Amino acid sequence: MTIQPLLSVKDIRKTYGDRVGCSDVSFDLYPGEVMGIVGESGSGKSTLLNCMAGHLPPDSGQVLFDTRDRGMVDTLTMSEPERRMLSRTDWAFVHQHARDGLRMGVSAGGNVGERLMAVGARHYGNIRTQAIDWLDRVEINEDRVDDKPSAFSGGMQQRLQIARNLVTGPRLVFMDEPTGGLDVSVQARLLDLLRGLVREMGLSAIIVTHDLAVVRLLADRLMVMKSGHVVEHGLTDQVLDDPQHAYTQLLVSSVLQV
Amino acid sequence: MSDYNFAYLDEQTKRMIRRAILKGIAVPGYQVPFASREMPMPYGWGTGGVQVSAACLMPEDTLKVIDQGADDTTNAVSIRKFFEKTAEIAVTEKTREATVIQTRHRIPEEPLTEGQILVYQVPIPEPLRFLEPRETETRKMHALEEYGLMHVKLYEDIAKHGHIATSYAYPVKVEGRYVMDPSPIPKFDNPKMEMAAIQLFGAGREQRIYAVPPYTKVVSLDFEDHPFDPSKANHPCDLCGAEHTYLDEVIIDDEGGRMFVCSDTDYCAERQAMGYRGRLSPEAAE
Repeated sequence: MTIQPLLSVKDIRKTYGDRVGCSDVSFDLYPGEVMGIVGESGSGKSTLLNCMAGHLPPDSGQVLFDTRDRGMVDTLTMSEPERRMLSRTDWAFVHQHARDGLRMGVSAGGNVGERLMAVGARHYGNIRTQAIDWLDRVEINEDRVDDKPSAFSGGMQQRLQIARNLVTGPRLVFMDEPTGGLDVSVQARLLDLLRGLVREMGLSAIIVTHDLAVVRLLADRLMVMKSGHVVEHGLTDQVLDDPQHAYTQLLVSSVLQV
Repeated sequence: MSDYNFAYLDEQTKRMIRRAILKGIAVPGYQVPFASREMPMPYGWGTGGVQVSAACLMPEDTLKVIDQGADDTTNAVSIRKFFEKTAEIAVTEKTREATVIQTRHRIPEEPLTEGQILVYQVPIPEPLRFLEPRETETRKMHALEEYGLMHVKLYEDIAKHGHIATSYAYPVKVEGRYVMDPSPIPKFDNPKMEMAAIQLFGAGREQRIYAVPPYTKVVSLDFEDHPFDPSKANHPCDLCGAEHTYLDEVIIDDEGGRMFVCSDTDYCAERQAMGYRGRLSPEAAE
């Protein structure tokens, strides 16, 4: 018996004029799997992520997603209302900077509740209970529920952003450098939290990062990108412990061993 | 005869505005863009309402203008004079006698009838504006009926104040489709919007016209456990004793003295003429 992939990316290509953003990227992501995409700045990993999440239209290729009602559907050709509905329900996007993903003028509870209200929740008490429950799951104290995100530390903002995204129980999470800009101890706690949530909820995730420690901890599989192309892919431990491509070898050896 | 074209605007402009009005009536609650003209008054004084009124007025019309319910405040007086001068039409303070009523921030207490037109002055037509500053995004949200954000605002109200504290410009959903800003009328007036008269909304600075046709369903947004409450000050009017009208609170001395009076001056005067008296009526005080 074969398992149906949750997301199937086929030959994604995006160019900016003459410059290649990313090219010939294809892979399948299976339910419950976490895929890491690593590479240096400018290697096209963010372009790829934005193409998959529908934020950027790729020049060619397909992004097939296993929708609940219609099976595998190309998200690039589906209607905009449908795609926006998908990004409110089954998909989530965690931005590198929490302020891109949060409404800074709205309280923490309102931020978490927004997705619930967007899919039709109209009972204040229930929305609030769920918001508090999710704040608790990302280790934000209940008494902060009415504070604005601007009163939160960077790590808390990032955790709030994760709560806001996961509250509707998505099946696929896109993460763009979720630990960027956080100090190491906060990073460690965030990674711990993410790992717990991913396992507990059976999430599939695509994590873009340049931090090899992040993928080592979270990702099952790894894709290494350079100059818009995938140069190596495989199981995370295999790629990191036995890098084949020259660039991957460079990447792995660049990490400081403390 | 004055030297102005009838009702100040030229005929082509009125035609353009009428087309926007018709489109607005055809799609209740939808904000129709129109080429708003400069009017001889500052933005925020009712330039949108005046243009809509000018496009609706006929020589045989009778105009009433109210400002916060009153017929005798600056805005009401100057707009009434404007049309007396440029259109030479009859004006009135009686809600019942008017065919076109331009209003700033109130719906008259007297129920309106078929054949009347109520024109609102609107400062900011976009109900989602304070939550989503991008016009491209709010248009998309209207088009795709993504109104969850409106409830985020109400959620914030309850989280902050324990109840929905929005007391004016309370968002409504028109005919089960478009979410609309009813202009800054008190939420007490929201239930009256399901009425027999045509309601037109003009926003001059923002260049938008929208409309609610007669007998259209207008529902104020709320939560299941925090239902909509069209509240008012818990007092009778101190001049006419009415307990069912929207009241203004007026400070009358520097010792904490205050009175509550109907904000609709025409309605209050009519009740007093009929013999109704309140706590501070001249006769009662004697």
